Amino acid sequence: MTNAPEPIRGARAATAFSPTRVGAMVLRYWYLLSNSWPRAIELVYWPTVQMLTWGFVQLYVAQNSSFFANAAGLFVGGLLLWDVLLRSQQGFAFAFLEELWSRNLGNLLMSPLRPSEFIVALMAISMIRLAIGVIPVTLLAIPMFGYNIWGLGLPLIAFFVNLVMTGWAIGLVIIGILLRQGMGAEALAWSLMFLMMPITCVYYPVATLPAILQPLAWALPPTHVFEGMRAIVIDHSFRLDLMAGAFAMNVLWMIGAVVAFYKLLAGARRAGSLLQQGE
Amino acid sequence: MIEIAAPAIAVRDLGKSFGAVRAVDGLTFEVGAGRVLGLLGGNGAGKTTTIGMLMGLILPDSGTVTILGRDMPGERAALLEAMNFESPYVDMPHRLTVRQNLTVFGRLYRVPALTERIARLAADFELGAFLDRKAGQLSAGQKTRVALAKALLNQPKVLLLDEPTASLDPDTADWVRTRLEDFRATTGATILLASHNMPEVERLCDDVVILAGGRIEDHGAPDDLIRRYGRDTLEEVFLDVARRRRALAAADAETLP
Repeated sequence: MTNAPEPIRGARAATAFSPTRVGAMVLRYWYLLSNSWPRAIELVYWPTVQMLTWGFVQLYVAQNSSFFANAAGLFVGGLLLWDVLLRSQQGFAFAFLEELWSRNLGNLLMSPLRPSEFIVALMAISMIRLAIGVIPVTLLAIPMFGYNIWGLGLPLIAFFVNLVMTGWAIGLVIIGILLRQGMGAEALAWSLMFLMMPITCVYYPVATLPAILQPLAWALPPTHVFEGMRAIVIDHSFRLDLMAGAFAMNVLWMIGAVVAFYKLLAGARRAGSLLQQGE
Repeated sequence: MIEIAAPAIAVRDLGKSFGAVRAVDGLTFEVGAGRVLGLLGGNGAGKTTTIGMLMGLILPDSGTVTILGRDMPGERAALLEAMNFESPYVDMPHRLTVRQNLTVFGRLYRVPALTERIARLAADFELGAFLDRKAGQLSAGQKTRVALAKALLNQPKVLLLDEPTASLDPDTADWVRTRLEDFRATTGATILLASHNMPEVERLCDDVVILAGGRIEDHGAPDDLIRRYGRDTLEEVFLDVARRRRALAAADAETLP
């Protein structure tokens, strides 16, 4: 009796990370965006509305305060960086939710797509959504409010990398929870980041918070970024210490998020919840 | 030495519980290479859980699943390239056209010469008229044809079908069955079919396994089962098995203190 495994085409390659499969998922999302113009408009709509609102608030405050008059861009800069954080997380989680909404997750989970490939594809899709949603708004802020976030130069890269890492780490935990708990956890994708907003001090310094909350604020990587942004706008100095601290924390957050995701996925496999992706 | 081909699917003592519910209880069966096995059973019999474990989506509490001589889920990554499935309970993205969907899945399965493969499937499954229409705009019959085309994109050696003709009109269902027969005849693929449609099972399957309460109640070739139960159709056999089980359960309940 022969019990040797049957040869499977490209079996060795199948177990390896496949850029082709990552590309397939990115293509799938690109098709979605290009076939559905309301989705593309929605990506730009909210950042624009928010930027206009905070831009006018900033104009008003600057007209009545010499401090804010000398710190142009404090609100708009904070908002644009907040949008990088929010959109990177939502882009990551919403791309996954698209699969749940379209009842396509079963097809993907039973395909050769590896979890690691899915994660990398979600990261790439998040970057595409971020570019579509935030770049036009940053350009619009230049003529509207005289604020050019691109003028931050190299520090902007440090801000961007740190915020995107935080967004992805939170997005990864959210999709792990979605896999384990199903659509009942959908609200997390929309709302979890807003829980961080008051604590990460997007529009005000950490010193504004009650003393009891300040250690919690410093434990969140985005807080370091927003403080760093204010250091540039107000003091015209780049705080490398803040960025290094944020980066170190983000590395830990990403590791923790990956571990949590794989544990939640294993839990979903044990509980059978991958086949029950309803509410 | 006589060489016997290893079964394409071998399930041994497979067990799975969800809390207090024993969904699959010591399942053992084999599907020979190139054969079609029907997995029958009422709602909650354990069919979907079994298919989930065959695809590596659900981890068994006990037992083993071997597909094409490889351990599932241990070698899931390699195996899934040689497998595929179709079910009316999953959809393809509605906003993508049929061609876009097949392109994405073709790339996920790393299908060589994908454009030609899609053209071939479009011809076989008569998708040409709606290949560039969004999947969400298709009728149930058209969706099933597209789903089957997707399931055959990678020319799987093992194909799992979960009620492939559910909610289809008789003519379309017959058309689908004919395509499945053609696929099997031309590729020698192994097929596991979960279905409530007994005439379909009689037509397509070489063997059937009847599940109830997560266990195998009976198994055999459809004709043998019909003969053994003294019935005319597999549906009557299925009803006999279900009623016998209900009667036993009622008797057990009466004898309980």
